[in-house]
Amino acid sequence: MAPSEPQAVVEKTEPRPVVATTALEKIYRMGDVEVRALRGVTLSVLPGEFIAVMGASGSGKSTFMNLVGCLDRPTHGSYRLDGEDVGLLSRDQLARVRGRRIGFVFQGFNLLPRTSAVENVELPLLYQGVSARERRERAGVALERVGLSDRLDHTPAQLSGGQQQRVAIARALVNKPSLLLADEPTGNLDSRTSLEVMDLFQELNDQGLTVVLVTHEADIAQHARRTVTFRDGLVLSDHPVVERRLARRELERKA
Amino acid sequence: MSFLAALVTALRALAKNKLRSFLAILGIIIAVAAVVATVSIGQGAQAKVAKQMASLGSNLLIVLPGSTMQHGSASGTGSAQTLTREDARAIERELGASVAAVAPVNRTSAQIVHGDQNWFTQVQGTTTAYFEIRSWEVETGALFGPEDESSATKVCLLGKTVAGKLFAPGEPTVGEQIRVKHVPCKVIGVLAAKGQSSFGQDQDDIIVMPWSTLVRRIVGSQADAVGQLMVSARSPDAVSRAEHDVTALLRQRHHRPETAVQDFQVRNLAEMQEAARESTDTIAILLGSVALISLLVGAIGIANVMLVSVTERTREIGIRLSVGARSRDVLLQFLTESTVLATVGGVLGLALGVSASRWMAFRSEWPTVLSVPAMGAALGLAALAGILAGFYPAVRAARLDPIEALRFE
Repeated sequence: MAPSEPQAVVEKTEPRPVVATTALEKIYRMGDVEVRALRGVTLSVLPGEFIAVMGASGSGKSTFMNLVGCLDRPTHGSYRLDGEDVGLLSRDQLARVRGRRIGFVFQGFNLLPRTSAVENVELPLLYQGVSARERRERAGVALERVGLSDRLDHTPAQLSGGQQQRVAIARALVNKPSLLLADEPTGNLDSRTSLEVMDLFQELNDQGLTVVLVTHEADIAQHARRTVTFRDGLVLSDHPVVERRLARRELERKA
Repeated sequence: MSFLAALVTALRALAKNKLRSFLAILGIIIAVAAVVATVSIGQGAQAKVAKQMASLGSNLLIVLPGSTMQHGSASGTGSAQTLTREDARAIERELGASVAAVAPVNRTSAQIVHGDQNWFTQVQGTTTAYFEIRSWEVETGALFGPEDESSATKVCLLGKTVAGKLFAPGEPTVGEQIRVKHVPCKVIGVLAAKGQSSFGQDQDDIIVMPWSTLVRRIVGSQADAVGQLMVSARSPDAVSRAEHDVTALLRQRHHRPETAVQDFQVRNLAEMQEAARESTDTIAILLGSVALISLLVGAIGIANVMLVSVTERTREIGIRLSVGARSRDVLLQFLTESTVLATVGGVLGLALGVSASRWMAFRSEWPTVLSVPAMGAALGLAALAGILAGFYPAVRAARLDPIEALRFE
């Protein structure tokens, strides 16, 4: 697959951002101590972008990730997801947004143990009232997309780490999200498997999926199109990736 | 999440932890089995008492003469001779709507002799209707008929005990002559064993003969006075109506207006049955409360396991929350799990209880009666216990913070 440049296209048409935060702040209160995890982050992610969020631990990138993922609510500032202000939604409304617009991929895969791949992938659809038959069908399609159509009935214990992460990615894709949010997705994988997962992300991104990837590994971040670096709860730098790495080529070289 | 989806999810989750699920419901199984078994035993006891009551006679009323008053000292009930043979005939003739049968009964005690055997027993004179009223059948031979009654034939029926005292086993009885107070009397049959009454009295220690035979030939009286009247109502529901009818008729016949004191008494067995029922009810309540306590303990067992399960599955809850489960989805999932647990426990307990009571009935000849309402109540209570026991753990699960739940190791 030839490397495409959809970013340039995006800039010309000026579409509505998938993620738009304005002066986002998050303050945790631990007893008498206030921890200002985010101190005013303004950031936009346009459709089709592939952003790597970097930063040391304590930089605020995980907090940012939780807010963008609608797992938590900001203390101040606004957050628009697909144009909708989600900063003030209730707990259950946030759950609804997560179920429909966001696909999560975690470092530890977070699959349900002793549960088949296809059932794991069906999970988000279960909470949207999708019928059993349609759930099975869509889960099958999602697993095919990540190249696991022959592993439908395998439980996580019967799958390798890379395969488990693919199941998790299929689960993230099954509800056709606006945004794929990956939190250190290669943290538990060896370098080759990491490349395979990055290849999958790049392929999905080329197909138009917006990806936000949190990582602390610079070479993994090089696979994105844009890097945002956090420090002390603020954006330190935000620039396009130069000399972007293509996982497919690296894999071919290694083979 | 639909209820069906929640049910499927719950069943899968429980199936993944079979041993734990089983241990969780063991308490409920035992409790429900205990409820079913104890209630069936209690009801069996009630049925047994009811059967004993029925052996006294079906829908029985007893009419006794009033007391006499001589020189200011009252004799007991039955001392007067106010009831007559004609009263019995009048009841039979006029009260067919509520009364099925009526029999006059006179009693005396007598030494009876057959060959070199003799026995002191009660001799009862009555009519054929008596056997119908007391649902008493002959084992061998035949009952006496109306013609024996009208001509005071010297025939008698032996109770099982008396037959055993006067005759050796295997010795023919029917057609033999015995002497009752020196009056020769032909045995025409032996009555079926009726056993002890509920007061421990041997009901088979008796001989029965036509009323006229006893009164005219054994006692040697020309009076028409009757010791008591046994009346059976047409149905259990007709007992009080029959009581009312008999009272009214006898008042009229004895020229006693409503305002005057009666010279007779009508008694029914309702009071006695009530007392017996109360005692078996007490036992049932006692057993039932023990069973309810064990149900409570069973529910605590489920609550305990559900709490552990919620803690252990914190990460799973986090995953579910992250992919769009709302608080109420998580609540529903855990409530469904505990309810399914309790209900499955209830069903297993029901099966165990039914088997246990069948086995008891088979082994000890104690009649057990399976009560469908009790089984339904036990099952319902078990399900309710499951909901209540699961509520707190489910609420805890539903309140988990998704971020912390995902981070939980």
